[in-house]
Amino acid sequence: MSVKNILVVGVGGQGTLLTSRILGNLALNNGYDVKLSEVHGMAQRGGSVVTHIRFGEKVYSPLVEIGHADVIVAFEKMEALRWAHYLKKDGVMIVNTQEINPMPVITGGAEYPSDLVEQIKGKCDKTIFIDALSHARELGNFRVVNTVLLGELAKHLDFDVEQWEKAIEITVPKKTIEINTKAFKSL
Amino acid sequence: MKTIMLGNQAIARGAYEAGVTVAVAYPGTPSTEITEFVAGYDDIYAEWSPNEKVAMEVALGSAMAGARTMVSMKHVGVNVAADPLFTASYTGINGGLVICTADDPGMHSSQNEQDSRYYARAAHIPMLEPADSNEALSYMKRAFDISEAYDTPVFIRLTTRISHSQSIVQLNEREVVELKPYEKNIEKNVMMPLYARPKHIIVEKRMNQLAEDASTFTDLNTVEMKDTKVGIITSGVPYQYVKEVMPDASVLKLGMVHPLPKKLIEDFASKVDRLYIVEELEPIFEEQIKAWGIKVIGKEIFTVQGEYSANMIEERILGKELELRDAEKLPGRPPVLCPGCPHRGIYYVLKKLKIHATGDIGCYTLGALPPLEGIDTCVCMGGGVSMLHGVEKARGKEFIKKWVGIVGDSTFVHSGITGLVDIVYNKGISTVMILDNSTTGMTGHQENPTTGRNLKGEEVPVLNLVALCKAVGIHHVRVVNPFKPKEVEVALKEETNREEPSVIIASAPCELLDKKKKRIPLYVNQETCRKCNMCMKIGCPAIQKKDGNIIINDALCVGCNLCTKVCPFGAIEKGE
Ligand code: SF4
Ligand code: SF4
Repeated sequence: MSVKNILVVGVGGQGTLLTSRILGNLALNNGYDVKLSEVHGMAQRGGSVVTHIRFGEKVYSPLVEIGHADVIVAFEKMEALRWAHYLKKDGVMIVNTQEINPMPVITGGAEYPSDLVEQIKGKCDKTIFIDALSHARELGNFRVVNTVLLGELAKHLDFDVEQWEKAIEITVPKKTIEINTKAFKSL
Repeated sequence: MKTIMLGNQAIARGAYEAGVTVAVAYPGTPSTEITEFVAGYDDIYAEWSPNEKVAMEVALGSAMAGARTMVSMKHVGVNVAADPLFTASYTGINGGLVICTADDPGMHSSQNEQDSRYYARAAHIPMLEPADSNEALSYMKRAFDISEAYDTPVFIRLTTRISHSQSIVQLNEREVVELKPYEKNIEKNVMMPLYARPKHIIVEKRMNQLAEDASTFTDLNTVEMKDTKVGIITSGVPYQYVKEVMPDASVLKLGMVHPLPKKLIEDFASKVDRLYIVEELEPIFEEQIKAWGIKVIGKEIFTVQGEYSANMIEERILGKELELRDAEKLPGRPPVLCPGCPHRGIYYVLKKLKIHATGDIGCYTLGALPPLEGIDTCVCMGGGVSMLHGVEKARGKEFIKKWVGIVGDSTFVHSGITGLVDIVYNKGISTVMILDNSTTGMTGHQENPTTGRNLKGEEVPVLNLVALCKAVGIHHVRVVNPFKPKEVEVALKEETNREEPSVIIASAPCELLDKKKKRIPLYVNQETCRKCNMCMKIGCPAIQKKDGNIIINDALCVGCNLCTKVCPFGAIEKGE
């Protein structure tokens, strides 16, 4: 298998790190070489964040290059467009429709684009929009947005459901295994 | 056993396997997790020191006493530790001593982009640089062997992409290493001129020996001979980018980045037609190799700024024109103070009173941008205190009444105390604000001497900031609640106008500390809201405008109530 390139993007504090760690364990358990590159520190305080995940027979660089992502999972709508140029021609863009205003918008210095869905569709051939926040709320915990989105990502990667569940189990805190597994299967 | 590990975690594991018994550090992105992971091993004593200089000295003492010891910091932390560091090179060690330093090309979370390899050269200390987590682990062990074989501290240089990338590592057993016997030896350890002069000669000899031996360290400096048209000398994460796009090129990968293996490099250079150097940041390999009369291509096609990438190497070395789509032009998303951050209320009042501030390193830098625009400067730890005094001495007493210095609890202990002593000693009248959020926030919430707990989670005596400031000679020390803007305003007016130095301690825990606290979001009552925009001035990410209305995003609001105190119409109400 050639190397799979995945980006998880969002806003610092949204829990994107957990998603990538689940993916890391999944790839490892399936015998692949795997590298992830995460964001710690400053950007985690509400900044634009990105995690790179790469797995395959042999992985050198920990970074996905512009134009090389097979899948992008965006936790926030505007962040989807910000990173869209990383997607390959036939790559899949999975977008959580949640909106979080960045400070320049809050102060009135800029506007939150109103036509994001069209713009994203214009840039990416395969787009999937999900209101993961509402899904998570229905499940009773808005923090499981990330496993709801993982459920969608799973449809675009070749791993068995049991493998996913195993990876979730060993990665998330014990008390949240049940709700996360439920969220994973909710779509 | 194989598992997946963060680079920093692999460093910690390497220390464990190498038989380290003492680990010291001051937190700083991207190095912090090294010590957090090390603290998880019961066999290792681990501590946060108040700053990097102290950490370095504790580590040197421990090594001299015979223990395998590691000390970790970020690149700018090495500046703070530089004094003992340079002389540790002279004394040498007893038990092995490894200094881990994490550089931050691209400045993801730093105030500058300095290259730690300069320190290795300047202090005459060997330096290793791993290129993934597995190497991070194995190089640690190798570093201790070199340290003890050559009687020298050894640097491990990391960069953000190594520290904060995860990859697969092979785990092994911990080596049992006995304490080395301690013997008093003043010629070795008392660096007064009489003994330091002969020591300098030994240091030079040691480095020459190491430079010679480096060519035989084939486990660290590896040659992959393939197509001889192009040869590349590289190290660290740029090696991975090279392999990604040029699998057929011949590569000399330097695992030891100081001193350089001259023979090996000359030999490699003679076998390839064209030689490139791929190194992020400064042209440190390039300048040395050029000085040996070897023709190389380096910074004329590469930059000294920021991070490299596989795409960059494809373009610059292979001359490919990549058709890359541009990033969309969108409103930026800079990091911000969290919803519910205790610093927000302080900045709100400072702005209202038009007070300037010399700032410091920490979460308070997040309030530098509009709308809060809370600080005028940010340079280094402790700078918020001492720079304020400089401003006063330059422009006088009246001028400084519109200024304060901002420093955090951890930063104050790190290097703010001496600045405060300076203010008192040199008859300043400045007002310093300690924003005490009971943690080291920006780096991910580490304990410090003011929090009452240590790195291992044990309860310890709390450093009493009020008593400390008084002991320094500040007569006017007061504590305010940053969520009560009125109270803050009164304190600020009184203290800044005083003809004496003063300290205001704004005390409220970082919002992210208490994970169990019930957080009930607020909402804007659209009937009573008059859209005056006052609440937008506090720069809370949870308050947004939608279709002309002001609303509170309930997925972000934590119910800190600050906005209710600034709304003149009482339109912000408590939710269910
Ligand atoms: S981490 Fe704590 S101190 Fe830092 S911005 Fe967030 S709430 Fe404020
Ligand atoms: S909206 Fe108001 S109450 Fe909620 S977090 Fe922001 S400032 Fe605090």
